[in-house]
Amino acid sequence: MTEALRQFNERRRHALGGMADRWRALPRWQRWLGVLAGLAFLYYLPFLGDIPGTNLIIPGLDWFRTDSIAGGSNWAGVLFVCALYVLVAIGLNVVIGLAGLLDLGYVGFYAVGAYSVALFGSTQSPVVQSMQRQFGLSEEWAVAWAVCIPIALAFSLVAGVLLGWPTLRLRGDYLAIVTLGFGEIIRIVAKNSGWAGQAQGVAGIPGPEGPPSADNTVFGLLKIEPWYWLALTVVLLMVLLVRRLEHSRVGRSWLAIREDEDAAAVMGVYPFKFKLWAFAIGAALGGLSGLLFASRSTFIQPETFNVQLSILFVAMVVVGGSGNMAGVALGAFLLAYLPERFRDFSEYRVLAFGLALVLIMLLRPQGLLPSRRRTRELQDRAKEAAVNVA
Amino acid sequence: MLPKQMTSPEDAAPREVLLEVDQVTLRFGGVVALDNLSFQIYKGEIIGLIGPNGAGKTTCFNAMTGVYRPTSGEVRFDGEQVSGRKPHRINRMGIARTFQNIRLFPEMTALENVLVGADSRHHTSVIGALFRLYRVKPGPEELPVVDSTNGLVRFWQQVRRSSAQVFGISRHTLEERAGERKALELLRFVGIADRANDLARNLPYGYQRRLEIARALATEPKLLCLDEPAAGFNPAEKEELLDLIRKIRDRGFTVLLIEHDMRLVMGVTDRIVVLEFGKKIAEGSPAEVRDNPKVIAAYLGEPADAA
Repeated sequence: MTEALRQFNERRRHALGGMADRWRALPRWQRWLGVLAGLAFLYYLPFLGDIPGTNLIIPGLDWFRTDSIAGGSNWAGVLFVCALYVLVAIGLNVVIGLAGLLDLGYVGFYAVGAYSVALFGSTQSPVVQSMQRQFGLSEEWAVAWAVCIPIALAFSLVAGVLLGWPTLRLRGDYLAIVTLGFGEIIRIVAKNSGWAGQAQGVAGIPGPEGPPSADNTVFGLLKIEPWYWLALTVVLLMVLLVRRLEHSRVGRSWLAIREDEDAAAVMGVYPFKFKLWAFAIGAALGGLSGLLFASRSTFIQPETFNVQLSILFVAMVVVGGSGNMAGVALGAFLLAYLPERFRDFSEYRVLAFGLALVLIMLLRPQGLLPSRRRTRELQDRAKEAAVNVA
Repeated sequence: MLPKQMTSPEDAAPREVLLEVDQVTLRFGGVVALDNLSFQIYKGEIIGLIGPNGAGKTTCFNAMTGVYRPTSGEVRFDGEQVSGRKPHRINRMGIARTFQNIRLFPEMTALENVLVGADSRHHTSVIGALFRLYRVKPGPEELPVVDSTNGLVRFWQQVRRSSAQVFGISRHTLEERAGERKALELLRFVGIADRANDLARNLPYGYQRRLEIARALATEPKLLCLDEPAAGFNPAEKEELLDLIRKIRDRGFTVLLIEHDMRLVMGVTDRIVVLEFGKKIAEGSPAEVRDNPKVIAAYLGEPADAA
């Protein structure tokens, strides 16, 4: 059985590898056209199956929508969550895939971003209310949403540095355990602190148009497409920025550290500095995603940011193919989309999830779309292990 | 510092000391790995560090490159203390090394390996790479070329050239270009440029050894330390390596060579320091060292009647 699956996998890999090579062989303008078409499709996704402006539908495409089944979730809402998770996966990929640091507490940064906008942007948050009393401001006053973005980025960056500073001396599993604890600490602190709204959380979190109200025309409560487009735009922007890092002195240093930290240090790379940067950048991306999540849902509570979410984030990176941005984006999309589309089997959701993880680890430990480097490395380790057995 | 008394007349002028090992003792528990060891390395020479197995060669090397901290005594490089600094600081000071058991970055190409070395002299960090705000006024050879005959393309090239003149080019871009040029030049220098784009793990053994040297040279060291660079080489390859080491010296680098192979060391070094049980037992030109009875005894064992 596994042998047959393996053979199938082998054939599929050949086909896909050929596709990637053919894509690289295309002239530049054709690749640009391809990328533009892809982008247009991404922005079109909320209308999947419809032709906007008409009553016509494209038969077949409708099947992919999550609201095509009875009791299915709002399609644009699911897409919005997918985009959030892709953003998280891209941030976590910097930490796990590029710098090679296993971070199991990533939800902590997600929570820091969400709480930043909640505590500074909502008129109902204890922090804003105490500021109103302190400075004699009106009850309507709160920090503007646009100002909350740099605040959230700064807080999550600082959280990344604060976590990284003492712990990045640890390697491998030890680091994973410490980060796991960090994620829990953030959640428990939020749950037990009066200034963070305790267990009932914070409501009234603003969006781009200000506090939630029925008058918001674009980023409202019911129409979710604009939220998806906003998140998608942020994702695309971040992909560009992370790509810049990957193909620079910084990306090379991360790779060198992942390969051989001691040799890198002797060659003039300061491992601690670059690992800390990887942590901080990953944290900032996680925080940004948390901010979007909080703004969209207008209400957060600490129990949302639990360990399971952290594990799901790591699973997205590992399933998709750590080290490759397209891979982790695919992983994030699938893990957010599939459970929503196949709600009929929601009773078996955990079972199916576990089964899928086991199968992927068996058949494709590099992830669905591995980076070429990562592939070779893992195949090589398998070879080494085989030699040791012999 | 007093000028050293030189043995041979042509060295009468005091030479500049680059690295000084000053009464270094290193103990691991009860084991004395280095015992009150002192020697100097002068600028521009090829110095050999030899000794039988377990004599403390690699330990000495590690004490010099900051891996170990001496129990007493100190190592000075260009007048600054080395011991106790972090490895990347020591590299910045100007000491580069290769490893006895090759330690390349196996998943990176040969070119990228050398680029990591070249990066140690570059300054672009995260902010610079992200936003590219730090602009440098480019020299005329750095400007984008305008060479197309197609009108539209030519116009675009002209726009890019003018904007580079007005806004400058980001330091990131200039450093990437300079690094790549330097890396290619070094790969050519050590003779492995034909496989610049191969992953380091796929290179033949001899290429990997040379790639390590190129990577170390890319950090622009003043002192290059080679830890048994000829291990596993056949005589022809050793001969090529000798040539390469001489060429490196001719470029102005000082070379410290640790080696088992006496012939190789004799053929290339200007001066040799011989260690045995962590002590210096001889120092001098290859000829002097070769005839030194203590050295012969250390390598071949003492004759039974010598006692």
